[in-house]
Amino acid sequence: MNNTEEIKDDDFQIIGKQLEQMESISRPALSYWEDAWRRIKKNRIAFFSLVLLGIYVLLAVFVPIFSPYDYAEQNSANLSAGISVQNWFGTDSLGRDLFVRVWMGARVSLTIGFFAALLNAVIGTLIGGISGYSGGKADMIIMRLVEVLYGIPNLIVTILVMLVIGRGVISLVIAMTIVGWIGSCRFIRGEILRLKEQDFVLAGKVLGVPAIVIIVKHLIPNVLGLIITNLTSAIPGAIFGEAFLSFIGLGVAPPTASWGILAKEGIKMLRVAPTQLLIPAFFICTTVLALNLLGDGLRDAFDPKLRGED
Amino acid sequence: MGKDMQQEVLIEVKDLCKYFRLSGKETLHAVEGLSFQVFRGETLGVVGESGCGKSTLGRCLVNLYDMTKGEVYYNGRNLKEYKKQPLKREFCQKVQMIFQNPYASLNPRMTIKEVVEEGIKLYHKTLDKAELEEKVVDLLKTVGLGKDHLSRFPHEFSGGQKQRIGVARALSVDPEFIVCDEPISALDVSIQAQVINMLKHMQKERNLTYMFIAHDLSVVKYISDRVIVMYLGTMVESAAAEELYESPIHPYTQALLSAIPVANPIAAREKEEIPIKGEITSPINPKPGCRFAGRCPHAKEVCRTVDPVLKEVKSGHMVACHLY
Amino acid sequence: MQEKMTDYILELKNVSFSFHTYGGVVKAVRDVSFSVRPGEILGIVGESGCGKSVTAQCILKLNPPKAGFFEGGSILYKGEDIVPKTNQEMRQIRGDEIGFVFQDPMTSLNPTMKVGKQIGEIIKKRKNITKQELRHQVIDVLEKVGITDPQRRLNQYPHELSGGMKQRVMIAMALIGNPKVIIADEPTTSLDVTIESQILKLFQKLSREFHISVILITHDLGVIAKLCDRVLVMYGGKILERASAEELFYKTAHPYTRGLLDSIATLETDKNAELRPIDGTPPDLFSPPIGCPFAARCEFGMNVCHKKMPDEVELSQEHKVCCWLQDKRAPRVEELFQKEWSNE
Repeated sequence: MNNTEEIKDDDFQIIGKQLEQMESISRPALSYWEDAWRRIKKNRIAFFSLVLLGIYVLLAVFVPIFSPYDYAEQNSANLSAGISVQNWFGTDSLGRDLFVRVWMGARVSLTIGFFAALLNAVIGTLIGGISGYSGGKADMIIMRLVEVLYGIPNLIVTILVMLVIGRGVISLVIAMTIVGWIGSCRFIRGEILRLKEQDFVLAGKVLGVPAIVIIVKHLIPNVLGLIITNLTSAIPGAIFGEAFLSFIGLGVAPPTASWGILAKEGIKMLRVAPTQLLIPAFFICTTVLALNLLGDGLRDAFDPKLRGED
Repeated sequence: MGKDMQQEVLIEVKDLCKYFRLSGKETLHAVEGLSFQVFRGETLGVVGESGCGKSTLGRCLVNLYDMTKGEVYYNGRNLKEYKKQPLKREFCQKVQMIFQNPYASLNPRMTIKEVVEEGIKLYHKTLDKAELEEKVVDLLKTVGLGKDHLSRFPHEFSGGQKQRIGVARALSVDPEFIVCDEPISALDVSIQAQVINMLKHMQKERNLTYMFIAHDLSVVKYISDRVIVMYLGTMVESAAAEELYESPIHPYTQALLSAIPVANPIAAREKEEIPIKGEITSPINPKPGCRFAGRCPHAKEVCRTVDPVLKEVKSGHMVACHLY
Repeated sequence: MQEKMTDYILELKNVSFSFHTYGGVVKAVRDVSFSVRPGEILGIVGESGCGKSVTAQCILKLNPPKAGFFEGGSILYKGEDIVPKTNQEMRQIRGDEIGFVFQDPMTSLNPTMKVGKQIGEIIKKRKNITKQELRHQVIDVLEKVGITDPQRRLNQYPHELSGGMKQRVMIAMALIGNPKVIIADEPTTSLDVTIESQILKLFQKLSREFHISVILITHDLGVIAKLCDRVLVMYGGKILERASAEELFYKTAHPYTRGLLDSIATLETDKNAELRPIDGTPPDLFSPPIGCPFAARCEFGMNVCHKKMPDEVELSQEHKVCCWLQDKRAPRVEELFQKEWSNE
């Protein structure tokens, strides 16, 4: 309480309401996205994960460009060398520089992980959105179809697709998408079902806003945060999937490097040069961990329940 | 509205029923056999306790729900015809709704400008950016908000302000009939008065017709010309507001009126309440007979077996009760 | 009515309670003092965000433990300060000494547990009693809150009960430990008028017949008028006026109380007259005004109101008000406080 200010007699004049200072809002306008960004920045673990992933992406882009070595260049004079000034991560059993191969592999692994997850999210959102919004018969048919697909083990479908369309980055993405979208589809459908009964959607309907505009302008923006969170959490699954398939020989074809292939090759040399396995394993683990932690952070940042109302 | 004035019927509701199928055997009878008229320029109040079907009725009238049975005519044309284009376009411009919960009725990802201009954009496609903004600013001004609120998001406003934005959105298409679905029940008392005054003012200025749905009987009396009392999906009584509050006929209306909390200690403590037993029963698969019979202090045998019909006991005063 | 300090069962002295939020510290309750007598019904009235619920919850430390914290003050229950008490000790007090009834009975009951068991749980852990005795006690308390056929109700799940029934069960849960005080936070807000009046009668019975003090938090002046012996009017985290119900309504002294009374539409309100709302919105409690929190919305606002919070002025034994209009230097606007009451 401020007692320093003196009270004078003429302070007792009725001046009435002082409403101007009231209807104007003093705090700066913060959109949902700005607010979420502010929260992510405050969350140290999530922010650190984001920075780490950013560094990995930059290295994946620039190391293969500026490195003196080519990722496929073999050097029989320098097989399975240890860590040195010339070869920061050493060389593999064919004498290829591991540093450039790790970041070349990062390109492949991250690309596959990101695009597989993105494609899953897009297809899932589209189908889930339509299913949830239209309701009734369309919803029932789509959901039964989804349940049938859900019943088939993922791995079998993926392996079959890889066998049919051949090995490669694109076929890997396709194979992982064919079964991957189901999770996000169910999730988005649930969210849309909840949202479409909200008053603001009804208000749009009463105004005569066309269905497609309602989906795009009212529904999707309200689930976008959740979609992004889901996407982030889906990338590690895709990276692991790629690593696994490459490891059993169904992923990308050598000499293309990916973290899974590097690990596969490394395991052969485990007794001689354990770094050949440990280094790619380290990057797989940290990337997956960072993505999961970032996903958690995003969930907190986007969760409307934690947003202070006033 | 003078009583002798030739009153033009805007909406005619005939035997409106709305059921919701819950499962194979269970059907929720949300609205059962409602018939009434809404006259142009009046405010028709609809009161009843939660679960009595008053919100369902409102949503049927703005074509959000398909009716199970019955007909509704708007300006002489069946509501079903308004479901398809090009008539749908016309209907959406004439009939609007204000929602109960100001926190849920604005899209949290849209700025206030986007919320209010959405309707204008749909029906005035030729407007350029500046004209559009001018219209939005005008609308916001009529509900007491300023230009600096345009780029703000809903969560930055208080409940009362949000409700005013909801009103601006409804007015954006220049409607002639607005269903107000409990527009003030989520607001603080001091704010309720702001919104009610505004609604009344708008009505005078734009010759609007309102259907005002609420559970607060005092407010309904203040704002309405005529009042319908609903109980479990049925209409138990309807009359001009003054008449209904001065001489309620149906035992339910009487009990409801006697239970209103009065902000006046002496009157509140001396006021005699008509005790009614129990609580509102379930509207799922209702049995025949008066829905209120189980709680009614005057119930007779006939009340439990035969549906009461709506009778006109005095001019303009309708009641559905076997006692009259 | 001459009473000594020790006649109060519960006393709050200069309690301030705040919350940490993302946006900063919210000063929800600021320097609030009041006391409760045995067997009386004390109403706390105010609008949402005025701090009335926080006040009620902080007595029993029901606020989220990390976010909410006391900035000062003491809460004396039977003369003993309960602010420094540990969680363990508080658990004893909740239930046995002070009961709490929440606003929403729908979300406060465990949907997977039978009603009788939920009520019994509360005392089972603390008191060594046989199953039979426990059952008896639960049936007793259900009868006390006016539930017919308690034997059958015992074995029902919450979803089988109607809203009013659930609220009765909530009250039974608050009553089972034989508390001396019951705090009810908007107990009838989610109920219909006909049910509301039944529940209010129940509170009246608890106070008159069983001599339990009831702290009733509400935004509804009608509920206050019907039930309460004394009333506190809260705004912006502060108590602006306190009085007996009659004095509050008939000798209103604070412009905010007046505004509240004027803004409600009653059955007597003239249809052609405009309602008189309180313009503006409540203050931002992130940075509460140094002066009177109501100053900016007050018809009779003066410069001094923005500069300093007025001290409490005693108008009569029961009636105290915080308003600069009571100061000798302020202009007399008493005539503006007169209102016509139809029963006078």
